[in-house]
Amino acid sequence: MNGLAFLIPIALGLGLLGLGAFFWSLRQGQFEDLDGAALRIFVEDEEEPS
Amino acid sequence: MTAAALVERDFAVPDIRCASCIAKLEQGLVRDRRIAAARVNFTEKRVHLSCIPGAEVPDLIGAFTNLGFEAHPIGTGPEEAGRAAETSRDLLRAVAVAGFAMMNIMLLSVSVWSGATGATRDLFHWLSALIALPTVAYAGRPFFRSAWRALRHGRTNMDVPISIGVLLVSVMSLYETMTHGAHAYFDGAVMLLFFLLCGRWLDSVMRDRARGGVTALLRNMGTGAMVVDGDGRTRWADATALEPGMVMLVAAGERLAADGLVIGGATRLDLSLLTGESAPRDVHADDPVHAGTLNLDAPLRVRVTAAGADTAIADIARLMGEAAQGKSRYVRIADRAARLYAPAVHCLALAAFAGWMIAGAGWHHSLLIAAAVLIITCPCALGLAVPAAQIVAAGELMRKGVLIKDGSALERLAEVDLALLDKTGTLTLGRPEALDLDGLDDGKKSLVLALAQASRHPLSEALTRGLQCANILPAAVTGIRETPGFGVEAQWADRVVTLGRPQGGEKGDALATELAVDGKPLASIRFADQLRPDARAVTAALRTEGIDAMILSGDRADAVAPVARELGLTAQTGMSPQDKLAAIERQEAAGHKVLMLGDGLNDGPALAAGHASMAPGSASDVGKNAADCIFLGDRLMPVVETIRMARRTQAIVKQNFLLAVGYNVIAVPLAFLGLVTPLVAAIAMSGSSLIVVGNALRLKRAPG
Repeated sequence: MNGLAFLIPIALGLGLLGLGAFFWSLRQGQFEDLDGAALRIFVEDEEEPS
Repeated sequence: MTAAALVERDFAVPDIRCASCIAKLEQGLVRDRRIAAARVNFTEKRVHLSCIPGAEVPDLIGAFTNLGFEAHPIGTGPEEAGRAAETSRDLLRAVAVAGFAMMNIMLLSVSVWSGATGATRDLFHWLSALIALPTVAYAGRPFFRSAWRALRHGRTNMDVPISIGVLLVSVMSLYETMTHGAHAYFDGAVMLLFFLLCGRWLDSVMRDRARGGVTALLRNMGTGAMVVDGDGRTRWADATALEPGMVMLVAAGERLAADGLVIGGATRLDLSLLTGESAPRDVHADDPVHAGTLNLDAPLRVRVTAAGADTAIADIARLMGEAAQGKSRYVRIADRAARLYAPAVHCLALAAFAGWMIAGAGWHHSLLIAAAVLIITCPCALGLAVPAAQIVAAGELMRKGVLIKDGSALERLAEVDLALLDKTGTLTLGRPEALDLDGLDDGKKSLVLALAQASRHPLSEALTRGLQCANILPAAVTGIRETPGFGVEAQWADRVVTLGRPQGGEKGDALATELAVDGKPLASIRFADQLRPDARAVTAALRTEGIDAMILSGDRADAVAPVARELGLTAQTGMSPQDKLAAIERQEAAGHKVLMLGDGLNDGPALAAGHASMAPGSASDVGKNAADCIFLGDRLMPVVETIRMARRTQAIVKQNFLLAVGYNVIAVPLAFLGLVTPLVAAIAMSGSSLIVVGNALRLKRAPG
């Protein structure tokens, strides 16, 4: 029973963390352009001519 | 510069295809000093710009052109689109919450099923309740709201049994928990919500995606015109900022952004989007002109008489409003199923309760069994069956260049048995194509290309398109000069070449242009609106699908006759929008389900009235808005492919319904006997949902 006192809050906490992370990324607009995000890895950052 | 001073603008850029396009645009655009930041949205093929307030739209489009991209401004748009995206996001949030809750409750439930008893079981039940009750309150809102709306109007839909089931099960489980009972169905209730929300969300994503595509296509939205101010200076004004009384300058090759009266200049206008008429019309001072018409020849000064929402001819707007009412009476297949299903489910649950009461089981036990019956019969698979199949079909069609506006469009498309086709722009390409290019030798062709390339005139563009396809290289000419209303002139070696209006005037209505060297005509090229390349194949394919076809055209009989003969179709000609509407009503009254295919403003009411309707991507905005789906490109075959796909989707949906009914035939007796424990309910529910989704995915396979 003692183990439960730790494990259940930890389990729920981790779940909530995931949910929170999802909501955060949703608000950040990370799901707005999924196909573009996949392509951006190929985009090289422009070197600033200084 | 402060961020507050920047103006945000969106542009549709259809040619974004790869990573290097993203890089080129984002890095190239910011080099323009008017543009502070550029962000590409690849999925929606849009670019979002932050630019300084003085930046005019033509300048910004110029910045795109410099990079080799074609860009169309998108207006800030009606609030509607934003709200629709917001509903999707709300639903996604509800899906996430329900998913989180489902997983955690399942975690606790598995412990209970594997033998937790006494205080541990109670604790787990309480924890489940703690997670489930807020989840039901939050994630269940879409269903409760819709069920309440239906009940208030004395109707019932799929959401009524769902809401009653979820609420009853939650309350019963809470009671069980409080009285240290063995079975709590919190997991069942939340899982039900999760699966149903997935279905709802898929449905809404599908509508959003199509709407996004349509918005990107609405060429006229957010466009504008050069406006002449009182002091004679010109500036660019958005279509939304145009007001009656303003004077706009319309260059050759531009579409009018508002209705108005001609006050200067004379030209010919292409009215085909408006009336379906293929021959251009001459306009002079004091003639009324309409938004959406294409200026063919010379610059025009127009005093705006009506702008924005008022431009669409009032008559057509009124007709469309009336015509669309018929379509709103269409009841989607899921709701039709619910009309039978909901009362049946309620009767079953009631019968279970009464039966066990009569058998002397006590109200508590009887109510528990009634709740089990409700949760097992809840249309979980049904709620997922339709949207899953439809979104897979819509995704497949989108890959083929067909945008479906919503799921009900697919259902209606599957039922059509008569196709009514518009001619101009639908059976034909809706743009002039050069007819006798083959009659020219290569030298003339390269001269024509060199001159045509320099002009934005619609006929020049047609020539450029045609000649570039034939791999012709332009001749070396210098000093190219375009005289509006006349043509293009240039130096070729030491001679003057011109491409423009035929000197002897045009024969009949046909559009023509003439190549001349030193004033002597060398060759004349005629233009006509050509049939789409596969129009014949399409009419044949429609026939094999059991769909008759007929032409309804606003054009003159002698312009329609060749097309009708070529395709072997009967045709009605010279039809006004009212006539088209009446023709559709006549056919519907005769028991036909009409598919309307059209593109023009004059087809708007007919598109809205047809049982289902499709428009090509080149259609007028009114046409695109009124149609159920839009196909892109020059081919007409997508029409047939869409109908086939709609029919296959409908077959899958019906199979899914049968599966759901079959599942109920097995599960309901178990629930009646009180054998459905939460474990059985969980397995049955997820099992049936997976089967239904798996069946829907079969649509992804190539048509066999």
